[in-house]
Amino acid sequence: MSGPVLLSVDGVAVDLPTPRGNLRAVDHVDLTVGAGRTLGIVGESGSGKTMLSRAILQLLPKKARLSGRVLFDGQDLARCDATVLRKLRARSLAVVFQDPMTSLNPVLTIGTQLIETLQAHLALEFQAAWQRSVDLLAAVGIPAPEQRLLQYPHQLSGGMRQRVAIAIALSCEPKLLIADEPTTALDVTIQAQILDLLAREQRRRHMAMILITHDLGVVAGRTDEVAVMYAGRVVERAPTAALFRKMRMPYTEALLAAIPKLDAAPHTPLPAISGRPPDPTRPLGGCSFAPRCRYVDDRCRQEKPVLVAAESPDHQYACFHPIPIALAEAM
Amino acid sequence: MATLELAISDDVAAAPARRRRSLGPLFWAAIGWIALVLAVAILAPVLPLPSPIDMDMLERRAPFSVEHWLGTHGPGRDELARAIFGARISLIVGLCAPVIGLTIGGALGLLAGYFRGRFEALVVGSMDVLLAFPPLILALAVTAYLGQSILYLTLIIGVLGIPAFMRVARASTLTLARREFVIAAEALGATHLRILLRELLPNVMLPLIAFFLLGVAVTIVAEGVLSFLGLGVPPPIPSWGSMIGEGRESLDVAPRLAFMPAIAMFLTVLSFNLIGDSLRALTDPRQGAL
Repeated sequence: MSGPVLLSVDGVAVDLPTPRGNLRAVDHVDLTVGAGRTLGIVGESGSGKTMLSRAILQLLPKKARLSGRVLFDGQDLARCDATVLRKLRARSLAVVFQDPMTSLNPVLTIGTQLIETLQAHLALEFQAAWQRSVDLLAAVGIPAPEQRLLQYPHQLSGGMRQRVAIAIALSCEPKLLIADEPTTALDVTIQAQILDLLAREQRRRHMAMILITHDLGVVAGRTDEVAVMYAGRVVERAPTAALFRKMRMPYTEALLAAIPKLDAAPHTPLPAISGRPPDPTRPLGGCSFAPRCRYVDDRCRQEKPVLVAAESPDHQYACFHPIPIALAEAM
Repeated sequence: MATLELAISDDVAAAPARRRRSLGPLFWAAIGWIALVLAVAILAPVLPLPSPIDMDMLERRAPFSVEHWLGTHGPGRDELARAIFGARISLIVGLCAPVIGLTIGGALGLLAGYFRGRFEALVVGSMDVLLAFPPLILALAVTAYLGQSILYLTLIIGVLGIPAFMRVARASTLTLARREFVIAAEALGATHLRILLRELLPNVMLPLIAFFLLGVAVTIVAEGVLSFLGLGVPPPIPSWGSMIGEGRESLDVAPRLAFMPAIAMFLTVLSFNLIGDSLRALTDPRQGAL
């Protein structure tokens, strides 16, 4: 990790009360993001990625309980009062969601949404805000921005809407952008464009980004560091290059193996991960991945592995039977 | 991808045509009727009409004539003048009472749906109490203590409409409040006030306005019922409901006395419903988007 730490998440746990009992959505997660850096969070559905991002933004459902600390720019977001939090969010935080259908207000024009956000944050005159909106839309690659400002979200395609959502998120120059599966609802061809757009704007604005996805392929070329989540816990964490060179956690390996490969022979069976994630209302005694893991033994079922450092302190994993380095390198 | 884009642009191109078709002649007929009723109601004092209150004892229950276009009723008042002045009462009550429901009920529903918790329980609970209260008893009690007037009539019907508006507003707020665009606004540091007014209200307004026009129609009928029962505006001020009530007495001799105000009310209520439906379909920018 280089540069000053912008966000540090210390032992964050999120509990959701459900009719079937307490659901631990996020289980003691520690993460740090440096200023201007990109962290990828990878995991399958229900692994707690989104809840973790909501915990960082302090936007959890009202009944959820959060423990641990979320230090942003030296301030604990979990403990500062509503006004401070609101100002901090307005100045420094922004979020882009998965589904551009629902992340824009359906009854207001694009222009109204952008201009009002700008006016609320930067106290701009209407003319200045208008001009700035045009610039922002142009910056996120929307042709004919003046016309788009007068249109409603449903008149735009999915990719366009996601660009608008990104423009709104970028409008107040955030220090940290949380992109929660920003491309999952989009076409594959648009996915790459949106990810490139995010990367470009991030470099230009020197803003930190948390990229949440279930696709290891998405984080591969676009993040500095990756955290793999499973059942609410971080099970492996490493600088991106190190992770892909020698992954240690069997779950990461299985995730990577589950990506279809272009050079595979036709009709090659895809090695899916068998079974399902554990029921989060019934925590397992041992490793959460044990029931699905092919290296499992008795110890895994009884004892929960903690994150330990691999050969470098940057690379951590939580496993009793990590993939041997020689083998990992061969993969 | 190409096919998907094509499908989207087709949809956009087709939308205006579909909308134009939905404004059929019925809609314009409804607009025309409402405009006519509004115009004569507003212009009633300056129109060359006989007084709706003066009695012409020589022309009691007279048939249609040049002097009295729609004839006269039992005590000899001009029916056309009474129908037109009655429209003023029906429209004043019909438009003002739902405004009370819309503003108070809408605001309560929006706040209850957004803030949830104890406030919501309190609002929903008190609305249930109000709903459980028999409306006719309330109307009787108010008119017995405070007397009959347009103001009290409007207030009674308005207050009774609050729970329905509250429920509509709360229901749509509940579905919207955890939508991602609200969370995104919150993440950008929007205040509660801003989220309520700019993110939620424009969305909640659409169902509320459609419900408002329905409310106008229902209120016109409710005012008619109350006036019919003698709980409305005091005689001899005419209203459609009291005209139907008075016409009831001579239903066998001159059924037109009851039917003409009833037809006027029927057309007005139908027109408001038609306009409400068409406007909702026309102004909903979410068409096909959600």
